[in-house]
Amino acid sequence: MALYILRRLLAVIPVMLVVAVFVFLLIRLGPGDPAAQLAGDAATAEDIQRIRERLGLHLPIHVQFITWFGNILQGDLGMSIANNRPVSSLILARLEPTLMLTLTTIIFVVLVAVPLGAIAAWNHGRWIDRAVMAFSVLGFSIPVFVLAYILIYVFAMWLGVAPVQGFVSPTDSLYRFFAHIALPVLSLSTIYIALVARITRATVVETLGEDYIRTAYSKGVRDRDILLKHALRNSWVPVVTVIGISIAALIGGVVVTESVYNIPGLGRLTVDAVLASDYPVIQGLILVFSFTYVLINLVVDITYAALDPRIRY
Amino acid sequence: MNADRTPPHSILEIRDLTVRLPPGGDRTNAVENVSMHVNAGEIVCVVGESGSGKSVTAQTVIGLLPREQLTPTSGSVIFEGEDVLTLSRERMRGLRGKRISMIFQEPMTALNPVVRVGRQIAEVFRSHGLEPGRGGMPSISDLLESVRLPEPERLQNSYPHQLSGGQRQRIMIAMALALSPSLLLADEPTTALDVTTQARILKLIREMQDRYHNGVLFITHDFGVVAEIADRVVVMRDGQVVEQGPTDRILRNPQQDYTRMLISAVPSMVPAKRKRAPDAPVALRTENLAKTYGGGSWFRKGWEVKAAEAVNLELRRGQTLGIVGESGSGKSTVARCVVRLIDPTGGKVYLGDTEIGNVRLRELKPMRKRIQIIFQDPYRSLNPRRSIGKSLIEGPTNFGVPEREAWARAVQLLEIVGIDPDAHARFPHQFSGGQRQRICIARALAMEPDVLVADEAVSALDVSVQAQVLDLLTDIRDRFDLSVLFITHDLRVAAQVCDSVAVMHQGRVVEYEPVEQLFAAPTHPYTRELLAAAPGRHWNFQAFCEATETVAALDG
Amino acid sequence: MTTDVSFEAGARDERALSVWAATLRFLLRNRSVQIGGGLLVLMIAIALLAPLLWTVSPTRLDTAMRLRPPGPDAWMGTDPFGRDVYSRVIYGSRISLLVGLTVAMTAALVGTVLGILAGYIRWLDGILMRVMDGLMAIPAILLAIAMIAVLGAGIGSVIIAITVPEVPRVVRLVRSIVLSVREEPYVEAAVALGTPGHLVMVRHILPNTIAPLLVQGTYICAFAILIESILSFLGAGVPPTIPTWGNIMAEGRIYFQISPWNIFFPATFLALTILSVNVLGDGLRDTLDPRLQRSV
Repeated sequence: MALYILRRLLAVIPVMLVVAVFVFLLIRLGPGDPAAQLAGDAATAEDIQRIRERLGLHLPIHVQFITWFGNILQGDLGMSIANNRPVSSLILARLEPTLMLTLTTIIFVVLVAVPLGAIAAWNHGRWIDRAVMAFSVLGFSIPVFVLAYILIYVFAMWLGVAPVQGFVSPTDSLYRFFAHIALPVLSLSTIYIALVARITRATVVETLGEDYIRTAYSKGVRDRDILLKHALRNSWVPVVTVIGISIAALIGGVVVTESVYNIPGLGRLTVDAVLASDYPVIQGLILVFSFTYVLINLVVDITYAALDPRIRY
Repeated sequence: MNADRTPPHSILEIRDLTVRLPPGGDRTNAVENVSMHVNAGEIVCVVGESGSGKSVTAQTVIGLLPREQLTPTSGSVIFEGEDVLTLSRERMRGLRGKRISMIFQEPMTALNPVVRVGRQIAEVFRSHGLEPGRGGMPSISDLLESVRLPEPERLQNSYPHQLSGGQRQRIMIAMALALSPSLLLADEPTTALDVTTQARILKLIREMQDRYHNGVLFITHDFGVVAEIADRVVVMRDGQVVEQGPTDRILRNPQQDYTRMLISAVPSMVPAKRKRAPDAPVALRTENLAKTYGGGSWFRKGWEVKAAEAVNLELRRGQTLGIVGESGSGKSTVARCVVRLIDPTGGKVYLGDTEIGNVRLRELKPMRKRIQIIFQDPYRSLNPRRSIGKSLIEGPTNFGVPEREAWARAVQLLEIVGIDPDAHARFPHQFSGGQRQRICIARALAMEPDVLVADEAVSALDVSVQAQVLDLLTDIRDRFDLSVLFITHDLRVAAQVCDSVAVMHQGRVVEYEPVEQLFAAPTHPYTRELLAAAPGRHWNFQAFCEATETVAALDG
Repeated sequence: MTTDVSFEAGARDERALSVWAATLRFLLRNRSVQIGGGLLVLMIAIALLAPLLWTVSPTRLDTAMRLRPPGPDAWMGTDPFGRDVYSRVIYGSRISLLVGLTVAMTAALVGTVLGILAGYIRWLDGILMRVMDGLMAIPAILLAIAMIAVLGAGIGSVIIAITVPEVPRVVRLVRSIVLSVREEPYVEAAVALGTPGHLVMVRHILPNTIAPLLVQGTYICAFAILIESILSFLGAGVPPTIPTWGNIMAEGRIYFQISPWNIFFPATFLALTILSVNVLGDGLRDTLDPRLQRSV
């Protein structure tokens, strides 16, 4: 088991290296001179040269990469161009709202989507199944920000039961935290509920067709136990996989949701950085998000190994 | 067999049962007006080819028909005085596992892969409000011991994937008999097992039935198994009962032509007599052929599987060399190495005088046409998107035969293998399994090869179709002076078509003799075990009487 | 020679043609294909006929007409600059469909080529798949945002930026099909028949990717339309001078409370288009993928 974890951990290295190279090359090899872009239209040649030297852009490309990568490994993501603060401290300052938003969303999604998918599968082909599937296609097709505006319109403006925007830390007021986070979570989670419910349903339907389910029936096992102990117990691998993989898409959704609800998290930081062409911040954010994604999927993999006796180390 | 126990009372009585198929099928009913009964202490075999409705009958009895697809429309299934067709869902659940239980064909998939087997057995008790080892109930260990599984204490904590196929089937049997049901349904329970394992499981089912005195409804396609285990036989075809009666009567004196045909299609264990030229030129020869899989990686300890080792075989022109073995014996590995679908890791393969085992792919290409292969699964051996005509001309056109000429040859070949040449534009799904296998033979013949490798080529076919395809193979061998390398797990088939046989076990050839000698006087213990395990070896199916020759001697 | 007239090429082609026609007929029997396909065809018609459909130029400014509610002059109201929302929404359908279809086709094409290479050339497989793993680790929207930030705003760079994150998914799909179909007996039979490697690939392996690619392609198309609108909405996509659904909504954002139609109408079109493509995709999957057919 320890060896397996070690192997999986080591497998993270090439993936992160690819990400790093990609992020690095993206900025350095893109058309146009980053220094000139940063300096703006009014800059003189000396200004540009100064920026170039400050960023180390006059050095050979592989030296630049090694220096840059070495700094990253020490937790130094560079300096923001827009407000002259370390990227890492900018990111840390914005971490809490995003963390709260994504965690609440994931918990909400799992609690709603898995039972929904399982119930649909158990009633395969009946009206309840079709209703869940229709909801799933619909939820899958509504863009996050469209849903966000519909929710704001209905709950904040029309019914007036929720605040329109903003974020309150749960350490300040748990009630106000939930009041503020409710609509963002609802907007963000719909597409994932659709996705996870769909996968859960498809997997459980397939599992219900397995030979060992037939064996369970032939033993006289109760319906409830067949669904819970046999079908769901064997379905969670694809379900957890899709939850792990869709974290990447969730992060994308966070950018939009935070933007619409004016939540001061990493998503807003991303948009601000893009609008200000603050490349070091963009690089830092991509690295942090990708690393999170890889780590979450690492945890998912290790959980399989711990819980599925068939996976060999 | 149970004559001393009086009186025989009927546990299960099926009367005029009809089960309807969903509309749009090739017939209206899966099962039509079927009547049969099972008494206590009796094993009744339901025999039939695929599509005969034998499994549907069993599923109806235990209430496991796929819902909304198959529905019983008339008749009754009386089990211990009650018609199970009229019982509520919950009442039926109460019977399952307790009074009626079932074991299935695929031991590999029939157990829940993520639950320890001990808990799966305990679930039978708990689903009926009981607890193993309490209130007079047997404990899990008792049950595992009764099906002769070693180290019950350790074994009950294993997961299914840690057990062999035979062990899993024993777990299934332990589970099925846990609450001493009066009726056991067995749906081809030994079909997926190797022949030696099959023999042990059949013996176990017999033993358990003697102990519990329950009734067994045993579904099989194999008259060998019938001869081994049945008290009575019900022959089914296309959803109807053709004939039923005591085993001895059916085997000796079948009344219906269909039954006669089915029984006589079981190949004999006595090798067919055939003249062969002992000094015909060697068409295919292997020299210390070996295939090893695996190797280490950075983080994994080196693992190695010797799939085949030191294999020396010699196939003469116009003859058939059989390779017989159980799953994992390496027989298919040898077949795939000589055709170079995989690369051998050691030794040499000579096709005529040319070595082909180690040459590069470029040099290999001209040799490809001289050796062809036919696979086991007729449903996956032809590209479903290409008409069979196109499949037939693919090989010749690869070697520069003009398309027109290739088509003309394809027509001839289709006729030779017994397919209507006008069907050349049809697609594989429009043919039956046996027809597809014929088309595959035609495709191989289109190359005008010297050697034909048949890798379990008749194993997936029903016994009557199997007999026809075997006849075709023998026919084309003689007609085109072909050499055939015949891979099979089935000793009976090998006895009928092979001139010499190599028995493989764990990657090695353990015995390699002319066929008569191998069957008459096997020397290696594994060969003896294999021969002794063949079901129904004491019976001569073609002559409808007990076997008198050679193999029977093994019992002594 | 006269007996095999029926084997002439013409007769065979006719058969092949009827197979395609039969497949199409079979597809059109599926309800989801009918609904999704019908809606999509309607959207495409709107996009193609846009110059005939819009009432005024989608970019004409009219300061006297700022933020008008829907009415006979402006069917969907006007935006903060007095431009006609209806005309702009109609124009936006061109951008959305152009981006969606181009991304789907490019991703499918590039992904298929790379997938075949990965599935066929051993040494390349490891490297290529590690690169794909790395690409998949970067959230699609972030990757697209970063690429546009570098490439500069424009429809071309938006298309590239959305295509790149989609490619790894296609590569994985194609590679897995190549690897599994390669083990099929009929492929091994073709190898034994001496069929050259590239013909084995084209004749026997690649046809198996068509149906899954078609299904995957529709999902990519829907996703691309979605991402394009998000990028434009965030101000990181198509330049604001071009009316796209995302841009229209971005401009209407601050006035959402007083004139919600600036968001409502483009949002409806956007959601309907994505819905139609997704429904079509589901229908195609149900009819084309026999394995999933049972479960969905």
